[in-house]
Amino acid sequence: MNQVLGDRRAILILLGPALLMYSAVMVIPVVWSFGYALFRGNLIEGFTFVGLANFGRLVQDEQVAAAVRFTLLYTLVISTGQIVLGYSLALLYTFVLRRSSSLIRTLVFFPVVLPSVAVGLLFSRLFAVAPNSGPVVSVLDRLGVAPFDFFAAAGTAFWVIILMDLWRSMGFYGVLLYSGLIDIPTEILEAARIDGARGWRLVRSVVLPLSLPVLVSSIIFSLNASLKVFDTIVALTNGGPGSETTPITLLMFQTSFFYSSFGYGSSMAILISVMCFMVTIFIFRSSRRDLTVGGAA
Amino acid sequence: MAGLPAKLVILLLLVIDVYPLFWLVSTSLKSTQEFLNTPFWSLPQSLDFQNYADAWTLGRIGTSLQNSLVVTIPSVVCILLLGAAAGFALEVMIWKGRNTVLLVILGGIMVPSQMILLPLFTIYFKIGLTNTLWPLILTYIGHGLPLTTFLMAAYFRSVPRELFESCTLDGAGVLRSFISVGLPLVRNGLLTVALLMFFSTYNDLLIALTFITSKDMSTVQVGLLNFQGEYGSVLYGPLFAGICMTVLGTLVVYLFLSRQIMQGLAGGALKG
Repeated sequence: MNQVLGDRRAILILLGPALLMYSAVMVIPVVWSFGYALFRGNLIEGFTFVGLANFGRLVQDEQVAAAVRFTLLYTLVISTGQIVLGYSLALLYTFVLRRSSSLIRTLVFFPVVLPSVAVGLLFSRLFAVAPNSGPVVSVLDRLGVAPFDFFAAAGTAFWVIILMDLWRSMGFYGVLLYSGLIDIPTEILEAARIDGARGWRLVRSVVLPLSLPVLVSSIIFSLNASLKVFDTIVALTNGGPGSETTPITLLMFQTSFFYSSFGYGSSMAILISVMCFMVTIFIFRSSRRDLTVGGAA
Repeated sequence: MAGLPAKLVILLLLVIDVYPLFWLVSTSLKSTQEFLNTPFWSLPQSLDFQNYADAWTLGRIGTSLQNSLVVTIPSVVCILLLGAAAGFALEVMIWKGRNTVLLVILGGIMVPSQMILLPLFTIYFKIGLTNTLWPLILTYIGHGLPLTTFLMAAYFRSVPRELFESCTLDGAGVLRSFISVGLPLVRNGLLTVALLMFFSTYNDLLIALTFITSKDMSTVQVGLLNFQGEYGSVLYGPLFAGICMTVLGTLVVYLFLSRQIMQGLAGGALKG
C-alpha cells in the first residue's frame, strides 16, 4: 500500500506543476531581489555592483524614515482599531444577538469584498469639500464647523484613511474573532455566571483568556496586513498631501517604477519583509510567554 | 433579547455600514448639474442611466471588467488545480522530504509581494510578455499557491486516511484516488479556497499596477484609478457609476455565497 501512496511518478505529476510555478514566481524572484539590492540601476541603463551601499542609503534617507514612521503609526492605530472594534463586534454577535446575528454579520462583512480602489474613491467623495460638499463636510457644516479640506493636511488625511480602513475591515475581524468566541463551551460561561461574573468582568476573566489563541492570530494577521497597506491609500490620498501619507510600500513602488531604481527599491522590499517578519516573531513569542503564564496560574 | 442601548448600537452600525453604499448608488444616478446643485441626501430626480453609459465607454469600465474576468477565472482555476494536487501529494502520499517541501511552500505565505515584483518585471520584460495579460495570470497563480496548498493539505488531513488506503487496496492508482475520491471529498474546501482566491485576485492592485502597461489591459482596480486620474475632477456622475458597477459584481457573488465567503476569508487568515 505504501508503495502505491509513495509512487514517485504520481508525486511528480501532482506536485511538479505547483512546485515549478511556485519556484518560478516566488522562490527565484525572492532570491533575485536580494541580489538586486546589491546593485544600482535598472533594465534600460543596466546595473552596477555597489555592495551594501543601498542599505547605507536606506538608513540615512529621510524619505524612508518618514515613510517607515508613517507606516508604523498607521499600523499601530489601525491594528488597535481593528482588534478592539472586531472584538466588540464579536462580543455583540455572540452575547447580545446570539442566534439572530447572521444578518448583521453578513451586512457588516460586505465591505471586505469590495474592490479597495472603489472604497478609496468612495471615501474621497464622502469627505470631499469641492466641487460641492460631500456628506461629512455638509453634516459638520450644519454642526457649525466651517468647511475645510480633509486632504489638505496630513493629520486629517490620516484620520480619513483610518476611518476608511476600519469601515472596510471591521466586519472581517468581527467574523474572525467571532469564530473564536463561539468555540468557548457554554458550560464554562454558565459556571462563571453562577459564580457571579457578569458583564465586563465575565469578558475580562473568562472570555478573553479563552479566546486568546484566535486573538493572537488576528493580531498577527492585522499587523502584517497593515504593514503592507497600499491599495486604499493609493486610491484615497495617493500619499499626499506632499508625501505625508506615503507608506513604505508606496515609496518602494515609486522608487522602483517612477525613479527606476531597481536596486534601491529591492532594498526597501527587504526592509518591508524584515518589518513583517520581526512583528510576527515578536507577537508570537510574547503571546507564548503569556499563554504559559496563564496556564500555570 | 437585546436592550435599548444594544438596539441603538446595531442601528448605528447599520447606518455606518449601509449609508455610504446607498449614497454611492443614489449619486451615481444624478446628472452633473443635479450633483452640484442639490444637497447630498436628496434622492435623484429621475432614474438616469446616462452616467452608466458614460462610465462604460469613456471610463472603459466594460473593458476593465472583461480583463479582470479574463485574468481572474483562469488564475483561480489553475491555483485550485495545482494547489489541490500539491496538497494531496504533501498530505496523503508518503515520501521522504515532504515536510521540508511543505515548509518551503509555507514560507511563501509570509513573503510580501514587493519582494517578487522587480525580478518578475525583469523576467516578463526579457521574454516579451509585457503588454499581455500573461504576467498577471502567472504571478497570481504563483502567489496564490502557497496558501492554497497549505489549506488544501489541511482539508485532506481531515479526510480519514482509511478511505485512500482502501482505495489503493481496491487497485486504484494514486491519481485515480485523487481525482475520484480525494477531490469530491474536499469540494467544500475547494469552494471556500476558490472564493478566497477569487477576491484576493480580483481586488489586487499592487501586482496589476506593476505589470499593466497599457490602458487596454487595465483590470477593474487599475481602470478605476485611471478613470479617477483622467476624468475624476470633471465627470462626477460617471465616476460614481463606474464605482457602482465594479461593486455590483462583488455584491451579486456575495448575495449568493456570503456564508462561504466569510468562512473562506476568515479561515484563510486564521490558518495562514
